[in-house]
Amino acid sequence: MYLTKEEEKTLRGEDGETLQKAIEILVALGDIYGADALIPIKSAQVSGVSYKTIGDAGIEWISDLKGTVKVPTVLNPAGMDMDNWERLGIDPKFAAKQIEIINAFGSLGIEPKCTCTPYYLSGFDVQYKDHLAWGESSAISFSNSVLGARTNREGGPSALSAALVGKTADYGFHKTENRTPNIEITVDFETAGSDYGALGYIAGKIVGSKIPLFKIKSVPSKDEMKMLGAAMAASGAVALYHIDGVTPEITDKEFVYEKPAESVSIEKKDIDAVYESANESTMANDIVTIGCPHCSKAELAQIADLLEGKTVVKEFWVFTSRELAGQNKDLVDRIEASGAKVVCDTCMVVSPAANKYQCMMVNSGKAYAYVPSMCGSKATYGTVERCVKDATGEI
Amino acid sequence: MSQIIRGRTIARGQATGKVLMTKDPISFLGNVNPETGDVVDPAHELFGKSIKGTVLVFPQGKGSTVGSYVIYQLKKNGTAPVAIINSECEPIVAVGAIISEIPLIDKLEIDPYTVLKDGDEVLVNSAEGFIEIL
Repeated sequence: MYLTKEEEKTLRGEDGETLQKAIEILVALGDIYGADALIPIKSAQVSGVSYKTIGDAGIEWISDLKGTVKVPTVLNPAGMDMDNWERLGIDPKFAAKQIEIINAFGSLGIEPKCTCTPYYLSGFDVQYKDHLAWGESSAISFSNSVLGARTNREGGPSALSAALVGKTADYGFHKTENRTPNIEITVDFETAGSDYGALGYIAGKIVGSKIPLFKIKSVPSKDEMKMLGAAMAASGAVALYHIDGVTPEITDKEFVYEKPAESVSIEKKDIDAVYESANESTMANDIVTIGCPHCSKAELAQIADLLEGKTVVKEFWVFTSRELAGQNKDLVDRIEASGAKVVCDTCMVVSPAANKYQCMMVNSGKAYAYVPSMCGSKATYGTVERCVKDATGEI
Repeated sequence: MSQIIRGRTIARGQATGKVLMTKDPISFLGNVNPETGDVVDPAHELFGKSIKGTVLVFPQGKGSTVGSYVIYQLKKNGTAPVAIINSECEPIVAVGAIISEIPLIDKLEIDPYTVLKDGDEVLVNSAEGFIEIL
């Protein structure tokens, strides 16, 4: 791997121990994956933030680092709402550990923004072909696929190393030749809303870590593609997908690719089967959650409209980033007027708050894939309309 | 007569210790108790043995990326291996060894499973890219 004189100096330890370790990690990963150089990144997103995931071992490592990140850096969702953790019944001991983690990241110059949707935040705009070092699977999928930027699936230490050095090793999805689709998926029927989460849930199981090229009859919105990618990254390991005629890279004339040799088709009955989980369930949902990945402004507005003049009869949690909640206080107030709770910085998957329920209704293919193992409860799947009806006791 | 075998540097350093070998990959999260360094997974070839202070030879890591942090915890607890030799290293163990300052070398020019056995005294000098069987 070629290193500049500056980089060699850092690797020798002349810029301090933390940076030495950081660049050592980048170089080791570069060597393992055959990179020839380090390249500058525009922003970083560090995963491994919830105390539920990283434990005391993670706290120790982060607390021992010294330095300041060189690019805008955001965090993955934490294990709780950092400002309002008592409301969802978080154990004070857990809260103390979670605050310790966020403070340790803060001492490295990382703002306490904990979200799986960094692309909604100011200062984190992503342009076509930007190089990033992001760590949350749905954010990776969205930036690679919907925005046409370039990031590998970074683990916590490697994303943090990239943030501290301001660079990452040039391998994997940073290279055009590794972004070619290798399986075609045909969806020859109309799809809308949470159909995309169900579609992603099915597609992820079929394609594993391949790069799918979708041929979809409908034209999905960015929010719908967010749900598609998040689900595929959960039920499979998809970090990049293309949609014929829609996503930026596949519509770029300079992006040359051959028609994938492998092809499958997903039928309407496959999608219907995911929705059937709600009808087949013998157990009533005791909680409804929306916001996996974190809600956009448009999604918050839709939920506020659907809840207008209604009152929830069970726990109904809506997850979004603190920044969006702050910018849209009117929508938050309208949602909470129903008794629903708008929760920031965290989600149903990474927070222990969700562990005490028996059956959770979700409108997200990703949550549907993770809730049974991460929260220990049954999951049922419904459209956002159905979720609201369930939460307000209309069904 | 000592024998020198060259390999690829993953985590720089130098240490001497006794070899503990396994042909099973290791998931540091779940397979190893960070308090003691004991392998606690009954399905693992090294079940019941301690990796503390050894030159640990295994094919590669597997499992959760939190494994990197578990290696760091082993080091802090004084229960880590003194050095690691992998057939072909993957990112979880690479990152764990680097942040923990455990010398790690892989891709030896001679397959370690043909020349090393448990208890051999070995110097791992990953800074200069070789091991020496003492």
